[in-house]
Amino acid sequence: MSTRLRTRASVAAGRLTAWFSRTARLGRGGVIGGRVTLRLDPKALRRLGQDRTVVIVTGTNGKTTTSLMLTRALEALAEVAHNGDGANMPDGLVAALAARPDAPYAVLEVDETYVPWVAEQVQPAALVLLNLSRDQLDRVGEVRMMERDLRAAFAGLSRTVVVANCDDVLVTSAAAAAARPVWVGTGRRWSGDSVSCPRCGGAITHTDREWRCAVCAFARPEPTWTLDGDLVHTPGGRQVDLDLRLPGEANRANAALALAAAHCVGVPPHTAAARLRTITDIGGRYRTIRRTRHSVRLMLAKNPAGWAETLRVLDEDTPVVVAVNAHEADGRDLSWLWDVHFERLRGRQVVVAGERCADLAVRLCYAEVPHWSEPDPVAAIDTLPPGGVELVANYTAFRDLVDRLPDV
Amino acid sequence: MSDSTVGIGLLLPEVLGTYGDSGNAQVLCKRLQWRGYDAEVVPVSLDSSVPSTLDLYLLGGGEDMAQVLAADFLRNSPGLRSAANAGRPVFGVCAGLQILGNRFRGVDGVEHAGLGLLDLVTEPAQQRAVAELIAEPNLLETPLTGFENHQGASVLGPGSTPLGRVVRGTGNGDGTEGAVTDHVIGTYLHGPALARNPELADLLLSWVMGHALKPLELAEVDTLRSERLAARRAR
Ligand SMILES: [Zn+2]
Repeated sequence: MSTRLRTRASVAAGRLTAWFSRTARLGRGGVIGGRVTLRLDPKALRRLGQDRTVVIVTGTNGKTTTSLMLTRALEALAEVAHNGDGANMPDGLVAALAARPDAPYAVLEVDETYVPWVAEQVQPAALVLLNLSRDQLDRVGEVRMMERDLRAAFAGLSRTVVVANCDDVLVTSAAAAAARPVWVGTGRRWSGDSVSCPRCGGAITHTDREWRCAVCAFARPEPTWTLDGDLVHTPGGRQVDLDLRLPGEANRANAALALAAAHCVGVPPHTAAARLRTITDIGGRYRTIRRTRHSVRLMLAKNPAGWAETLRVLDEDTPVVVAVNAHEADGRDLSWLWDVHFERLRGRQVVVAGERCADLAVRLCYAEVPHWSEPDPVAAIDTLPPGGVELVANYTAFRDLVDRLPDV
Repeated sequence: MSDSTVGIGLLLPEVLGTYGDSGNAQVLCKRLQWRGYDAEVVPVSLDSSVPSTLDLYLLGGGEDMAQVLAADFLRNSPGLRSAANAGRPVFGVCAGLQILGNRFRGVDGVEHAGLGLLDLVTEPAQQRAVAELIAEPNLLETPLTGFENHQGASVLGPGSTPLGRVVRGTGNGDGTEGAVTDHVIGTYLHGPALARNPELADLLLSWVMGHALKPLELAEVDTLRSERLAARRAR
């Protein structure tokens, strides 16, 4: 069998498996289909990626949102293959590409740990690196290792434009190794990780918008794209008003990076921005569900940086349910609760929920935020007076909730 | 800061703050304020020097490179040592404990001098300890609870006594947990430790104030403690 034919045959086998998996309700069919394809043909990703323009999106937070933004933007040009189900490991990527064999563009959200291998396979035209922070407290050190791996990978990608957030110290360290970095200034929002210099361990000092290492002079590069409130300043000296439907600064930062990446591939910023405004929710997040007495806006915060961002977008006068678990996927260590500025919740009705609501209650007690406890997040909603509710949950708490609220 | 304000030194939060360590400062500050005392958290960063005039000093956890950097800085800034010699309480967690000891060796095999405020030496352990940690205390009445995440085995010399005896988890690695010399305490408990162990927080504060403090009833803390301490039986 020729190699071309072999890929086609294994893709067909993969599709069949995906169909079986879906009909047998075994879960997300795409991933299993991708796994079969990769097993039959280990070079499937390389073959499926060639002859199209691929953009990779990676980072700790905002991958799903930013890759959806980029997909919308690139659809201005032609059909786009995209792993919109969030399956961001090789199996999922293969499945997404196989589902749209003729799409000339592909936008792939890729788990950080797989980026070196995936990028080597598909040789992307552009790669967006959003941010790097700790996903889980009991995995300290991993984010630095990740930065070093990405730095080494970028050094070998001579044809890839790396679009990077230069207000993130670790991101900058990795992307500086790229042949063609495009720096996007998105503003500094998260500082809870106590990050010392990735090059020498020295302290990073921040002044106004700048940052630099006090020891080795590693410093923030001058960005060509800058986010300023709701405006994105482009390298051409133009201004684009974002006016997103999604809330919060973090999403504006994602949008700025998406505009820069779309521009690299040939979509003018104003065209891209108009298309981003069609996005109203991301896999259930930010979506409002209506129950008999309450309308509940669902928000997911997977890690400390994500919590900091999410607390900022909460509506001022609306009661809040905060739900926290500590399973393996969430991280077992909840010390990070003390890095998050829960003082922001003062002045609202707050219910603490989730399996670790006792930890949250102590944190709120010292933050002087009055609250009550109801471990079951759905029951917690029902303890509130009729009307709007903001619900913020971490990973497994959010997942359980989405399973239980039929409307989502 | 007026003379009557208690100054709580939070040392090098930019490099020693891995485990929500500023929480310990916040807990101490609130526990004083709620009892009617003036208190203030004073962060001390790498671009300044450590004042010897604060009432209490906190060191948190940090990654390997950050720990070495912090140890070098604190050895070369005499403020902490002279405050400790004057009897001011010092509380170090994880990397903080190791820095307060005589010396520590990182996983890279390089040995570094500590501050010598606790009589202990730390070597890399075989395995990383990442789990809930429970210890029966020596100085206190109620069990100690926290989370540990380290790969250090600390051996105490005659100049320090353990803070407690491990019931669950690893601690120092030999069945003991933490170290105490005069008013200097080191521990592997985070969570942060003083949020989970109010009796330990009040012990430090009693050293600052020179007298015992009135008990503070916080139902949330009692609930969390009983939940975390129940893990001892679950094993
Ligand atoms: Zn440096």
